[in-house]
Amino acid sequence: MDILIFSLFNGILYGMLLFMLSSGLTLIFGMMGVLNFAHASFFMLGAYFAYQISKFVGFWPALIIAPVVVGVIGAIVERYGLRRVHKFGHVAELLFTFGLAYVIEEAVQMIWGKVPVSYHIPEVMNFTLFSLYGLEYSAYRVFMLLVAVSMFVALFFLLTRTRVGLIIQGALTYPNIVASLGHNVPLVFMMVFGLGCALAGLAGVLAGNILGTEPGMAIQLGPIVFVVIVIGGLGSLNGALVASLFIGIMQTTAVSYDVSMNGFLNVIGVQVDFDSAWRMLVDLTVAQISPILPYLLLTLMLIVRPRGLFGVRDV
Amino acid sequence: MLQIRDLHGYYGKSHILQGIDLDVGEGEIVSLLGRNGVGRSTTIKAVMGEVPPQGSIKFKGKEIAGLKTHDIARLGIGYVPENRDIFPTMTVEQNLLLGMKKANQTGRWSIEDMYEMFPNLRARADSLGDVISGGEKQMLTMCRTLMGDPELIMIDEPTEGLAPKLIEQVGKLLATIAERGLSILLVEQKLTIALKISHRIYIMGHGKIVFEGTPEDLRNNDDIRKEWLEV
Ligand SMILES: Nc1ncnc2c1ncn2[C@@H]1O[C@H](COP(=O)(O)OP(=O)(O)OP(=O)(O)O)[C@@H](O)[C@H]1O
Ligand SMILES: [Mg+2]
Repeated sequence: MDILIFSLFNGILYGMLLFMLSSGLTLIFGMMGVLNFAHASFFMLGAYFAYQISKFVGFWPALIIAPVVVGVIGAIVERYGLRRVHKFGHVAELLFTFGLAYVIEEAVQMIWGKVPVSYHIPEVMNFTLFSLYGLEYSAYRVFMLLVAVSMFVALFFLLTRTRVGLIIQGALTYPNIVASLGHNVPLVFMMVFGLGCALAGLAGVLAGNILGTEPGMAIQLGPIVFVVIVIGGLGSLNGALVASLFIGIMQTTAVSYDVSMNGFLNVIGVQVDFDSAWRMLVDLTVAQISPILPYLLLTLMLIVRPRGLFGVRDV
Repeated sequence: MLQIRDLHGYYGKSHILQGIDLDVGEGEIVSLLGRNGVGRSTTIKAVMGEVPPQGSIKFKGKEIAGLKTHDIARLGIGYVPENRDIFPTMTVEQNLLLGMKKANQTGRWSIEDMYEMFPNLRARADSLGDVISGGEKQMLTMCRTLMGDPELIMIDEPTEGLAPKLIEQVGKLLATIAERGLSILLVEQKLTIALKISHRIYIMGHGKIVFEGTPEDLRNNDDIRKEWLEV
């Protein structure tokens, strides 16, 4: 029980982090129809910028400045890169973002080197806030959760309660009509791209000091974000939220369970008494297969329901 | 108000508009008629910049060919597309609000005007855009464009597939629009309301204008009607 609550908390935290990344990615996809392979690279930039800025002015200003800088870079990438490539079609856009991911990774290596940089949790937050069943919970993790939840509330408020949000929602479905009503859709695209990148950057600022800030962090997290938006439904923010929490909780709880299929089969009264490869398969524990679970889900989802849980159109 | 000269338009390689000349004067109601596929929708899409136009399009004396769609709209041209797409995740009222170009815009029309003309829309104000009826969608697309306070409104087949009673309502709305001083460019297939309300009529065939005249002229010209309109 104790371990369950603990990993549930971690799962929600991890899930909210995934949401910060996937919300931007899915919004960008919904509007422009382009899968941004470089999205996780903006997450990485957030972490590195926060590290660099913290060195001069400390963590708190960095928490604000780093995502803003990442957002501005994102907006510039959209305005002067993606928008020009757009006329050559989606494949060209995809390749562009693919190339961009590597450009960012190489640039990061050139500037900060190949080894992880020492980006740490701010001292004031580095203490145990509470312990539950003997397990200690750091104040910083609780703080992360708070920031993530407030960002989520702010994002929903922006999209559903403001005029800009209406224009964004409109541009998600019928960009031509929104333009013919006199709204500057390319500008909206640029702002949404920038906002999405800023959210990814914020996730990087918050998580870089826990997960480690190194040049491989984008490639590590990138694929799982794609899993989230495919399962949630490309373009759907609600879907991204549900899928983020689901994947987050699934991954953190699965790794903490040491149950195997065989154990489960024994419980329901099935005895597997043959040797060979089958034996090996049923002996795998949940913890062992947990790394492939999300990708298995991704492939299954594409076969069974290509539009994802909440999506309105197929991939 | 609107002056189109030698307008050409393409979809890929197919040459759809082959030199259109068309005028809409101030406060004038002009209809653009023709059979399916002759290029009527393409003509107004070219005016909106949704299809790249070649040739000259002047609005209030200013050349607008080549401008961006949203800039053209901001100059005062309203466009009601033929497919009646309503934003599905927004309420009827939010759809109307999105029609306004600025948050605090004041113009000829208010939301209250729309609800008075179409009490159905008031009743449905909080319903989502994708659950209202086809007729309500038609009214809503027109009202949404009016909320942007255009000086010229281009409406693509507003009566298509509507019941006679609704067609009458559309006719009434067009009359109200004209009363408030707007110019109208109406695209239609049938003569039903065009003959009644238009000042002038153009007929299009295969990417070109094949007739221009008053409703009276058209009534007296059986040959033109037979050749270019009747099926
Ligand atoms: N997106 C498109 N791509 C390629 N061809 C198109 C496209 N839209 C229309 N066309 C073609 O252009 C021609 C003119 O189409 P347009 O929509 O302007 O016709 P229309 O006069 O409005 O008639 P209707 O609305 O009844 O179809 C048609 O032959 C049509 O097949
Ligand atoms: Mg048409």
